[in-house]
Amino acid sequence: MAPTDIIDTLAGIEPGSALDGIRARRLQARENAQKSYLSLFEPIDAGDVSLLERAAVAAFVTGLHGETPVVAFYRDKLAATADGARLVEAIEVEIARGKTSGPYGSFPAGPLSVENTAGLIFRVSAERRSGLGARLVAALEHAHLLVFRPRDAASADMQALLAAGWSNTGIVTFSQLVAFLSFQVRVVSGLRTLAAVNA
Amino acid sequence: MSAAVNPPIVFTQDELGWVSWIEPLPEAELTERHFAGLVDRSRAKSEYFRLLVRDPEVLEARTKTDKDIFYNVADGLPRAERELAAAATSRYNGCIYCASVHARFASTYSKRRDDVQRLLDEGIKADLGERWNAVVKASVALAATPIAFGPDNIEELRRAGLDDAEIVDVINGASFFNWANRLMLSLGEPSK
Repeated sequence: MAPTDIIDTLAGIEPGSALDGIRARRLQARENAQKSYLSLFEPIDAGDVSLLERAAVAAFVTGLHGETPVVAFYRDKLAATADGARLVEAIEVEIARGKTSGPYGSFPAGPLSVENTAGLIFRVSAERRSGLGARLVAALEHAHLLVFRPRDAASADMQALLAAGWSNTGIVTFSQLVAFLSFQVRVVSGLRTLAAVNA
Repeated sequence: MSAAVNPPIVFTQDELGWVSWIEPLPEAELTERHFAGLVDRSRAKSEYFRLLVRDPEVLEARTKTDKDIFYNVADGLPRAERELAAAATSRYNGCIYCASVHARFASTYSKRRDDVQRLLDEGIKADLGERWNAVVKASVALAATPIAFGPDNIEELRRAGLDDAEIVDVINGASFFNWANRLMLSLGEPSK
């Protein structure tokens, strides 16, 4: 039996269903969305981003989106990761502090400035910074930017990650993880909506 | 690295460059593991891909996902409308670079360059006709956080003539650009 496809599982797509057939027409995309998930969460080299950091960021990012089955999946994943259970409560508190509506942020100064929209600039609360550690604090703050106000991103944000101990390679993997989850949660939401309409 | 950057300040269909804010791998350091990640060896010339190839397994899977969603046109939604979903998502998230590439593709495949330009100039509320409006609106609803995509979007896409397989192509194409936009916007910047 093939390993469980995570998007199918989270979207509730049953083998042999109409949506299963439609997804099969984009087999390469289906298989490589799965490979993306595996290469991020079961990497051959976790040297630049630990499994704990991956699970904590994933729980935070999906929690900010609030899509029920996805949130529960990644919260459970964090709880099941070595040393992760102690972080679950802190991440949940930070999710509650960070939840807002996006995308917002600023465009380069010029004609698009009229579209600038202000919003929350998320910072991890002072009392949880030492428990999470400098690397994870910087990661959560940047992940919030990526989720809600990606157009605000600036080279200074890369410098903040480097200063917190992230390597160039670690920044790439971490950015891919947040960006991939932004994709995965939307595919799941879209497919669930379509399945519900057809039910 | 950013000495010669001349950032665009409006959405455009012109060809733009992209400059990384952190260090891509030097071409001379690429191994076979990296070339597998690049999928197309010619991508070694691109600063963006030489940055992403720092994690070759993720890049390879990302690239193959991307290619199937957009280039596999044996059936399903016409390429022009997949590109429209990508351009609308990029316009809404604010990725000037991604929007330039996929607006150009949407224009090429649809032959509706002026309508595509109106999406860029006027934004996501531009009236582009029932079918394109439905694709843009669905893409925008998916890009919102929390996600705003719902049964109304599916109803509108169906009224515009899309079947379920084509609707899944919209979902895939729009969702994928929530991945692509966040990398392009946060790891570097466009340059004219």
